[in-house]
Amino acid sequence: MGITELPEQLTEIRDEFLELEEKDRLLLLLEFANELPDLPARFQDHPDLLERVVECQSPVYIFVEVDQAGAVHLHATAPRESPTTRGFVSIIAQGVEGLTVEQALAVPDDFPNSLGLTRAVSPLRLRGMTAMLARTKRQLRALAAA
Amino acid sequence: MSVELDPSSKFTAYAHPERLVSTEWLQEHLATPGLAIVESDEDVLLFETGHIPGAVKIDWHTDLNDPVERDFIGSEAFAAMLGSKGITRDTTIVVYGDKSNWWAAYALWVFTLFGHEDVRLLDGGRDKWIAEGREVTTAPPAVVPVDYPVVPRNDSPIRAFKDDVLAHFGNPLIDVRSPEEYTGERTHMPAYPEEGALRAGHIPSAVSVPWARAAAPDATFKTREELDALYRGEAGLTDDDNVIAYCRIGERSSHTWFVLTHLLGLRGVRNYDGSWTEWGNAIRVPIALGAEPGDASKPR
Repeated sequence: MGITELPEQLTEIRDEFLELEEKDRLLLLLEFANELPDLPARFQDHPDLLERVVECQSPVYIFVEVDQAGAVHLHATAPRESPTTRGFVSIIAQGVEGLTVEQALAVPDDFPNSLGLTRAVSPLRLRGMTAMLARTKRQLRALAAA
Repeated sequence: MSVELDPSSKFTAYAHPERLVSTEWLQEHLATPGLAIVESDEDVLLFETGHIPGAVKIDWHTDLNDPVERDFIGSEAFAAMLGSKGITRDTTIVVYGDKSNWWAAYALWVFTLFGHEDVRLLDGGRDKWIAEGREVTTAPPAVVPVDYPVVPRNDSPIRAFKDDVLAHFGNPLIDVRSPEEYTGERTHMPAYPEEGALRAGHIPSAVSVPWARAAAPDATFKTREELDALYRGEAGLTDDDNVIAYCRIGERSSHTWFVLTHLLGLRGVRNYDGSWTEWGNAIRVPIALGAEPGDASKPR
């Protein structure tokens, strides 16, 4: 496989972060946290469908879906008192929204480390976002194999 | 000049009532000259979602830890950091945070390493303030940077290293982690990420008293009577004991250090911040498994 280009929406997210000063990157992360939509009703009644991201310090659950047109959607929930976790999952959700399975699987595993958040957020916390991306991809692989 | 103390009757029963303020007291003292309010949370963004008016944020990862070595920041960095928050050496600091002041107690303990004299906790922390419907704001605090002197960090009275723990055998050790971590069933907190300890269990002879047993459901500290029953009664500590508390990275045990030192008045309490992430990876240190403390009667 050759060098894969980062999908445009992920490039945009990354550049949005990198254009800002470090302290403002936190505020952008908070904007992402606030943009995380509520779970669709069909999941609210079926918590069993959701996978817990145990690498995160706060309870965050994800569910990956591929629609009939082959587009990827990531649904997630995380508590309001954990804005960092909400921000992380919101970035991943917006980043993979509408991609093909192949494109989503090609997102580099270390994408979270490219956002310039290592110092402002700390590497330990960023591990949570890396884990979300890994679990998203694992669910996609399972869906593709099914 | 210290800001006046909170005369609450609950606090007068503690050994050092000057180390706590209530939400009512803080409400009345917002914007008092010489008082700085510091928020310290587990979540690095929580402050930005709304904080007590006038509060500044200090993050345990990015502000208090050295970015390269596994240690706290040094004297120069501490002086620069506090000065940039508008805190002088004689400022009265009130720290508060999420999760029953878990991280706030950690910040207070680090301030104590640098000998900052007047530093207090808000009893009940962030959760109680918000539960009572008190004002929070997202407006960034108006901070005027000041000079904080470069002072030595004096670790030895309240901080223990691995060798200190080995030399401490025969004296009380308190393990403040969850029961599952203590017995060796797991190396990290339930529902928390694995942080890389190779071996599970506890330091032999350590008694298990999970830190949160010192906190009431509303995030305040339990009463003097309840705390005495727990630590003097159940855990058998006395005033003359030298005690070392530990957890996984030293944050939960800071909470216990605060309780033993400031609320119960024990004089010889140290926090082993290397804790299980060091001990559980160290070569040739003894480890006990299961619910029994195990034996470590002689210094090593």
